Amino acid sequence: MGKPTTLFNKIWQSHLVDQQDDGTCLIYIDRHLVHEVTSPQAFEGLRMTGRQVRRPEATLAVADHNVPTTDRSKGIEDEESRIQVEALETNTKEFGVPYLAMDDIRQGIVHIVGPEQGFTLPGATIVCGDSHTSTHGAFGALAFGIGTSEVEHVLATQTLRQSPAKDMLVKVDGDLPPGTTAKDIVLAIIGKIGTAGGTGYVIEYAGEAIQNLSMEGRMTVCNMTIEAGARAGLIAPDETTFDYLKGRPAAPKGATWEAAVSYWKTLKTDEGATFDKVVEIDAATIIPQVTWGTSPENVAPITGTVPNPAEVTDAGRRVAMERALAYMGLEAGTPLTEVKIDRVFIGSCTNGRIEDLRAAASIAKGRKVAGTVNAMVVPGSGLVKEQAEEEGLDKIFIEAGFEWREPGCSMCLAMNADKLSAGERCASTSNRNFEGRQGRGGRTHLVSPEMAAASAIKGTLADPREFQ
Amino acid sequence: MEKFTTLTGVAAPMPLINIDTDMIIPKQFLKTIKRTGLGKNLFDEMRFKEDGSENPDFVLNKAAWRKAKIIVAGDNFGCGSSREHAPWALLDFGIRCVISTSFADIFYNNCFKNGILPIVLPQEDVDKLMEDAERGANATVTIDLEKQVITGPDGGEVAFEVDPFRKHCLLNGLDDIGLSLQKADRIEDFEKTRETQAPWMVPAKSA
Repeated sequence: MGKPTTLFNKIWQSHLVDQQDDGTCLIYIDRHLVHEVTSPQAFEGLRMTGRQVRRPEATLAVADHNVPTTDRSKGIEDEESRIQVEALETNTKEFGVPYLAMDDIRQGIVHIVGPEQGFTLPGATIVCGDSHTSTHGAFGALAFGIGTSEVEHVLATQTLRQSPAKDMLVKVDGDLPPGTTAKDIVLAIIGKIGTAGGTGYVIEYAGEAIQNLSMEGRMTVCNMTIEAGARAGLIAPDETTFDYLKGRPAAPKGATWEAAVSYWKTLKTDEGATFDKVVEIDAATIIPQVTWGTSPENVAPITGTVPNPAEVTDAGRRVAMERALAYMGLEAGTPLTEVKIDRVFIGSCTNGRIEDLRAAASIAKGRKVAGTVNAMVVPGSGLVKEQAEEEGLDKIFIEAGFEWREPGCSMCLAMNADKLSAGERCASTSNRNFEGRQGRGGRTHLVSPEMAAASAIKGTLADPREFQ
Repeated sequence: MEKFTTLTGVAAPMPLINIDTDMIIPKQFLKTIKRTGLGKNLFDEMRFKEDGSENPDFVLNKAAWRKAKIIVAGDNFGCGSSREHAPWALLDFGIRCVISTSFADIFYNNCFKNGILPIVLPQEDVDKLMEDAERGANATVTIDLEKQVITGPDGGEVAFEVDPFRKHCLLNGLDDIGLSLQKADRIEDFEKTRETQAPWMVPAKSA
């Protein structure tokens, strides 16, 4: 037996192609997801240097950021958006990369499509020119976002130059109370360690509360790992993982599947392995979370109040907090449940999967969206939309007064037509509450799907537990 | 990629923490299919008012810092989205170096791919450089990558650390795809081994 080692280290070691004397490593990349925003310059780079895509079949492309969520039969109205999507179509065709077109039922947000198709596998290295690639870590894959130059590097070489990360363990023990979700777990973690708390680390999540999550809940947790600054999030694969993957189109079949599963079962941190940092959280203490500021670390329980900058001793943090409250138009001391909202967005790679829609629908069912609120539901993929419609969730939402849209990134980052106007306040199931993220001057409160639905009905930020 | 050897210029103070890549270049400018031309929209929503006019309070709009080549910033610069448009916008504006106590990982990597030097320093050094930067156009800073030294306007020196391989690439303006392709044999060997040892990882020919 060798020295006990962490899950991250096992995956890292099994992908080392080369190691230079100065420690720089060349690691092999098993799967590469590509979208329209961060890839055109990479394909252009290949063209200019006469290089090819090394493994087109290890690459999967889909347009998600710019696609309209309304009727698509007439194409994309915005010229720049249309050009960017057309560039992806042309580039994937020229370089032989599999591409899911906008009218393909499998089209959707790249981080929802990968797992759905079984393209995401345990033990794999997965990259994409998108920070939320951390989502795929839910499968025990080492998955992280890269820049466009690195996208070009992976297209050309199927490898990346990287330095090893440090190991952090975040252990969430205990039972999650009713009405709290995977989103609340990850927001609570970010609140605890801060948006730079994970910088330089890969975070492995463990503990009962994590093991008890479904694959979709695990994806929500890993998705927002980047919001804690970590390079990637990881959850050891188990029966939940294998059950999710079995039979998916790109998952291995037959004897190869059996061989894969027996290997995947070894993908866990050995007893006695050490981490550079350990954080422990008791799930039972987590109350549904909501952000009040312009950084995901600006988070509080829904039962709380807007915090007071005067109580912060660190000058840098105090200034940032004052700026955040001014931007958000909030007064210190205001109970969060008294904060009126204008918009609700349910969707994104964080919370745009079928279980998220079911959870929101369970609260929306038989109720009405407040007259002062515009609320929309954007499924994460065409397949999620289809499933939701089979279950009648679309009807529940529409009857309650929500808009039911076509799949895409939508108002998570407002690159398409879905955006906030200046001063509009939104309860959003997305991942970033940065200034201007959902539209210039827009005010974002990050929440779970349950809290988003509850807020839509109340017209204020609301505790979803009141509706259960 | 343009080489980075020495840089002398004015440093703009941005003492805000958590300056994210959405602030550096908002999403409406990500629709480009080129790397150039983003400088005019650098820090767009901070730099310009809603009507498009300049916000006179923003540091890069003040006479002393309009031609800044360096930014001195608060903790965790470049957090958020992986968009390489952020360093492209900085570069296009003329910023070749950012100094902070910490950077987000992806942004930090992206800088090196574009000839921008991100320098991590302890809080007290950043505080001193921030004070120097506040002095504006008469206070130029020189950065010598070879020697790994920053020289302030008063001649004071601050040493900094940088990964030796990244330093080598910046000093020589090297494209690391070319360097990695020199290892093509090893990549091929790796792929062959995986075909037998981890056949489930070999992707099917169609999605």
